[in-house]
Amino acid sequence: MSLITLDNVTKHYVNGADCVIALQDLSLAVEEGSFLGVMGPSGSGKSTLLSVLGGLTSPSAGSVNIDGIDVYRLNIEKLADFRREYLGFIFQSHNLIPYLNALENVMLPLVVSRLSTEEKQRRATEMLKRVGLPDRMLHLPQQLSGGEQERVAIARALVNNPPLLLADEPTGSLDTATSDQVMGLLKELHGDGQTIIMVTHNRENLKWFDRTVSLRDGRVDRDVRSSCDVLPQAI
Amino acid sequence: MRLEHIVLHNLRRRKGRAIFLVIGLLIGVATVVTLLSLTDAMAQRAQHELENFGANIIIAPRTDQLSLNYGGVQLGGVNLIASEIEQSSLQKIDTIRNRRNVATIAPKVLGAVEVAGQRVMMMGVDPVAELKVKRWWSIAGRQVEQGRELLVGDAVVQEFGIQMGDQLKVNGEDFTVVGLLDRTGSQDDQLLIAPLGVAQETLGKEGQVSMVEVAALCHDCPVDDMVMQLQEVLPETDVQAVQQVVKTRMHALGQFRLFAWGVAVTVVVIGALLVFVTMMGAISERTREIGIFRAIGYRRRHVLHLVLMEAAVVSAVAGVLGYLAGVLATITTLPLLDGGQAVWQWNPSLAVASLFAAIVVGLLASLQPALRASRLEPSDALRAL
Repeated sequence: MSLITLDNVTKHYVNGADCVIALQDLSLAVEEGSFLGVMGPSGSGKSTLLSVLGGLTSPSAGSVNIDGIDVYRLNIEKLADFRREYLGFIFQSHNLIPYLNALENVMLPLVVSRLSTEEKQRRATEMLKRVGLPDRMLHLPQQLSGGEQERVAIARALVNNPPLLLADEPTGSLDTATSDQVMGLLKELHGDGQTIIMVTHNRENLKWFDRTVSLRDGRVDRDVRSSCDVLPQAI
Repeated sequence: MRLEHIVLHNLRRRKGRAIFLVIGLLIGVATVVTLLSLTDAMAQRAQHELENFGANIIIAPRTDQLSLNYGGVQLGGVNLIASEIEQSSLQKIDTIRNRRNVATIAPKVLGAVEVAGQRVMMMGVDPVAELKVKRWWSIAGRQVEQGRELLVGDAVVQEFGIQMGDQLKVNGEDFTVVGLLDRTGSQDDQLLIAPLGVAQETLGKEGQVSMVEVAALCHDCPVDDMVMQLQEVLPETDVQAVQQVVKTRMHALGQFRLFAWGVAVTVVVIGALLVFVTMMGAISERTREIGIFRAIGYRRRHVLHLVLMEAAVVSAVAGVLGYLAGVLATITTLPLLDGGQAVWQWNPSLAVASLFAAIVVGLLASLQPALRASRLEPSDALRAL
C-alpha cells in the first residue's frame, strides 16, 4: 500500500525575470516501509522534491498525499502539526540548536506536545540510547563529532515516531567509516519498518536502498528497485 | 523541557545582546523613574509648603470703595475709613461645609496708636494663631502672650531705637517689649504687635477685628469653594483667596512635570527603537534556527511565543534594574534640587508601573520582529533543504 502519492507535481520558482522549473509533472508512489534513495545531478529537483514531501514548499500544481492526508490542503498551522506528527527531518548539516545539549535537541519536537516533562525526557533518552549515544546526552553539539551530531539529528527526527523519515544528504559531511555507521543505523531503522526517503549524491549509498529514483530536470529519469526491475516511469 | 527553557538557554548563549538590550531599556526606565520621582518629591514638597504657607484666605470688612493702595503705596490725601468685623461672627466659620479644611483662624485688629509723638500702626493678634500663619517670622525674644506686651517690627525698632525689655508708652499706657521681629520685608516691619484683647482695648475696638487670615489645609482642598462658603456665612465681609505665589510654584512644577514626561516619552521611544532594531537583528541571525523549529512542527504561535517571551524576560529584568537605578539616581539628585528640602518616598505604584511599562514597551517593540519570525517560511529559512 502506498504511504505517499505525488500526483503530477510541478514546482516552479520565479527568479527575477526567469521561471525556473524545479519539478515537472512528477508522479511517484512510495510504499510504507520503503527505503527510497533520491539521486540526480545538481539542479535536478532532489531537494525540492524532499521539501515538497516535507510540507515545507507547496507545489505550483499537483497534489501530495501522505498517509491519506492531502498535505497542501491543510492550513498553515495544521501543516505544522502534520510535520510534527508525521515527519522526521534529518538535515544536511545536522541543524542542531547549538545552545541546547544532545538530550534537549532530541526533545525539541516534543516541547510543543502535551506530554509531561518526564515522558519527553524518557522518550528522548530512549532514542539517544537507540542511536548509540547514551553517554553523550548532556554534551552540546560542538562537543560532539560529526557522526555523533548526525546520530543526535536522527534521534530528534525519530523521537515523535513519525511514519516517514526524510533525510537530506545525511552523510554528505562524514568520512566513509562514519557514513557507513550512519547508513547502518538508518538501515536498522528501515528493518524495524520505518519508511525513509533519502536524498544523496553518493553512489556508494545505493547499496543501502531498496529503491532508487533518479531525477533529471525535475522529472523521474530512472526508478530502480533492489530486485533490479528498472521502471522507466513509476507511479 | 518547555519553550521557556529554550528562551533562557538562548539568552544565556547570547549574553552580550541580552545585556545590551537590558541596558538600553534600563536607561529608559531609570530616566522615567528618576524624572517622575523627582517631580513627585518636589510636588509633595510644594504641597507641604502650600499647607504651611500661611493664610490662603483673607476675610476683610466689605467696602464699597475701590482700594487706593497698591503694593503698600497709599495715594496721598485719601483716607479710607475701614469698618470692622464683629469678632463674634467668626464663630460662623465653624459652620461651613469644608470646616475640616480650616487649619487656623488668625483674627487681627488694626489701628493707629501714638508712640513718642509719632503715629504707629498697632496690630492685635491671637498670638498662637498668628505664629501658625506667619511661619517665616523670626523673633528675637518671644511672641507676645498676654497683658501689655509688644512684639515690635524691624522698622519701628530702627525708628525708635527700641531694645528688648524696653517700656514703651502707647497712647499713654505702658507696654513691655518682649520680642523684636526680624526684618520680613513686608508691612509687618511697620507694626507694633500686641495680644488681640489688649490691642482692641487700646484702640477702642472691643469685640471687633479688622481682618481675619484663614489657613486652609490645601491638599486637595477646594479653596475657591471655601471662599464662597465663607462669603455666605459672613455676608458683611469680603473673602478672597490668596494663592498667587503657590499657584505660580505649582504652575512651574506642572511645567516641569510636562517636561519630565516629554523627556521620559522620548527616552522610552528611543529604548523601544533600540529593542526593535536589536530584535530585528536577532531574528535575522536566528533565521535558520527558526526554520528548524518550523520544520520540526512548531506552529507560528510557538515561534511568536519564543521571541516575545525572550523580549518579556529581558524587559522585566530591565524594568526591575531600571527602577532600582532610577531610585538611586533620585536619592542622589534630590539633595541638589529644591534646596535639599524634598525627600524621596517609596511609591509602590511607580515600581509596579515601571516594571509593567518596561514589559509592555519591550513586547510592543518586539511584536513586529516576532511576527516576522513567525511568518518565516521554513523552506526559505532552511536553505539547506
